[in-house]
Amino acid sequence: MSKIKEAFHNKKAFIPFITCGDPDIETTKKLVKEMVKNGADLVELGIPFSDPTAEGPTIQGANLRALNGGINKDKIFNMVRELRTEDGISIPLVFMTYANVVFSYGAERFFKTCQEIGIDGVILPDLPFEEKGEFEDISESYGIDLISLVAPTSAGRIAMIAKEAKGFIYIVSSLGVTGTRSAITTDVASIVRVVKENTDVPCAIGFGISTPEQAVKMAEASDGVIVGSAIVKIVEKYGRDSVKPVGEFVHNMKSAIS
Amino acid sequence: MDNKNGRFGIHGGQYIPETLMNAVIELEEAYNHYKDDEIFQNELTELLNNYANRPSGLYFAEKLTRELEGAKIYLKREDLNHTGAHKINNVLGQALLAKKMGKTRLIAETGAGQHGVATATAAALLDMECVVFMGEEDTKRQALNVYRMKLLGAEVIPVTSGTATLKDAVSEAMREWTSRIDDTHYCLGSVMGPHPFPIIVRDFQAVISKEIKEQILKVEGRLPDAVIACVGGGSNAIGSFYNFIDDKDVRLIGCEAAGRGIDTFETAATINTGKLGIFHGMKSYFCQDDEGQIAPVYSISAGLDYPGVGPEHAYLHDIGRAEYVPVTDDEAVEAFEFLSRTEGIIPAIESSHAVAYAMKLAPQLEKDKIIVITISGRGDKDVAAIARYRGENIYE
Repeated sequence: MSKIKEAFHNKKAFIPFITCGDPDIETTKKLVKEMVKNGADLVELGIPFSDPTAEGPTIQGANLRALNGGINKDKIFNMVRELRTEDGISIPLVFMTYANVVFSYGAERFFKTCQEIGIDGVILPDLPFEEKGEFEDISESYGIDLISLVAPTSAGRIAMIAKEAKGFIYIVSSLGVTGTRSAITTDVASIVRVVKENTDVPCAIGFGISTPEQAVKMAEASDGVIVGSAIVKIVEKYGRDSVKPVGEFVHNMKSAIS
Repeated sequence: MDNKNGRFGIHGGQYIPETLMNAVIELEEAYNHYKDDEIFQNELTELLNNYANRPSGLYFAEKLTRELEGAKIYLKREDLNHTGAHKINNVLGQALLAKKMGKTRLIAETGAGQHGVATATAAALLDMECVVFMGEEDTKRQALNVYRMKLLGAEVIPVTSGTATLKDAVSEAMREWTSRIDDTHYCLGSVMGPHPFPIIVRDFQAVISKEIKEQILKVEGRLPDAVIACVGGGSNAIGSFYNFIDDKDVRLIGCEAAGRGIDTFETAATINTGKLGIFHGMKSYFCQDDEGQIAPVYSISAGLDYPGVGPEHAYLHDIGRAEYVPVTDDEAVEAFEFLSRTEGIIPAIESSHAVAYAMKLAPQLEKDKIIVITISGRGDKDVAAIARYRGENIYE
């Protein structure tokens, strides 16, 4: 069974996202530990890409800061390995990056490394259902879940995607790119209903969630919430001193949905 | 050569966010319907002939031929189209298609500004809203085209992310499309991006090679020995090549922008220096580093300053059907000046890359050989930049 399911056992999952290497890999590591301490059920670790086409300005900025700081995949892999072996982090961890980052490293080598260091899943926003064959066999052979996304525009496609989903389903709450929004107008409940009719894989909602009120609403409609830009903004503001405020933010969000 | 999943060999595909999947599926269905629809095709032909001034001439460049002392050189005059470049062929097709699909708003990326101007033009003609994304760097290099787009009623949004050039304009247009799909068509300007764009854009540009074939058979009674065109994303090149792909004796030569040279980092020659990758919706060759980060490419030509190449070109390269050669800034600028002096034709700096390679090739060929160069656009937009390249401080 997918280890990712553990994040959803008998509770609404809180899933924070951070960009690895922003502002540096040491801070990223501290952030992961602090977020876990404050109730994160699964952590999404962004591997920076030069041209993140699914991201809004906040996470684009984080990618740029991390790349300018000299981040690379080997440093990120080492950090994850240490989190697992030295820091005793046992919750599911997934990578979020772009297809070219995996492809250029060599898919075989990438997923093999994921297995070795203790990554449970990979989210690639530019790899839709039609193209998942690019990596699916290889990721499965190493026991890594390739996470499927469902969008507000997925009408007629949700059942097809849900039936083959692994790990969890990432429900994109709104049109457009990542970033905080004052209101989420999509009828997510009806998307979740179709998902649930077709799979028992849990689903979490992301894109645009920044307040405990939004989180509560989205958690009620699904199995969990994903928050990225709101956390990255705190990291952007406080840099190396962001560990404590990020921990507090995660604590508040997790408490709100518990 | 292309199958229904939009693959050219291993290249192509649809590597885009789930949010856009239904949009490209809807586009493909609409295109497959209208491409065989007589009324649609008649409307498009009418626009191409009476609005865009097609067919464009195939001009025998007698003086250029004499100067180079080799093969006979013909110029396919896409620079004489309305708006001054081949871009209008594709834009009129896509704008008409979008209108039939019930879309009221066109968005586009642009490098040199030619595709943006063409899109703004079609939007004005067909009563559609238009928003053009252009790298901030390019808005400076091509200030005249920015004003031209505004004059035509379009909104121009300078893109400051990344390298602030064409690739960032594409990324930003894709981001905009994910946020507003219902009323908006993304009028992609080259044979790139996710399927079905590489096929749609190729089909609308294939009119170039269809005409070359008819025109050369009429005047020479035979096919050319080589067709030469510049390649950024590759739309004028695929348009120039397409109807010759099965004519194996016709050499197809794409000229990539080598910038300061393919042995430097300041280059945009994708097939000559890039690696296989996945970006902007397609699998193809891309300039990138060992970590898979897309490279900040460089060329004097804003229209060729792109780190990727269309998937059909990648395939034609793989199977050896087309050749892709690098041409430096210096060579292109010399060709820009040479064609201006010898024929009184100022080519776009993009097209000058094709002229530059023809200047190398023609003298090596016998005088009974025939070369066709596609002059994809006119060079008026480049005059100030070339003057600055030559040390004269002219600003538009």
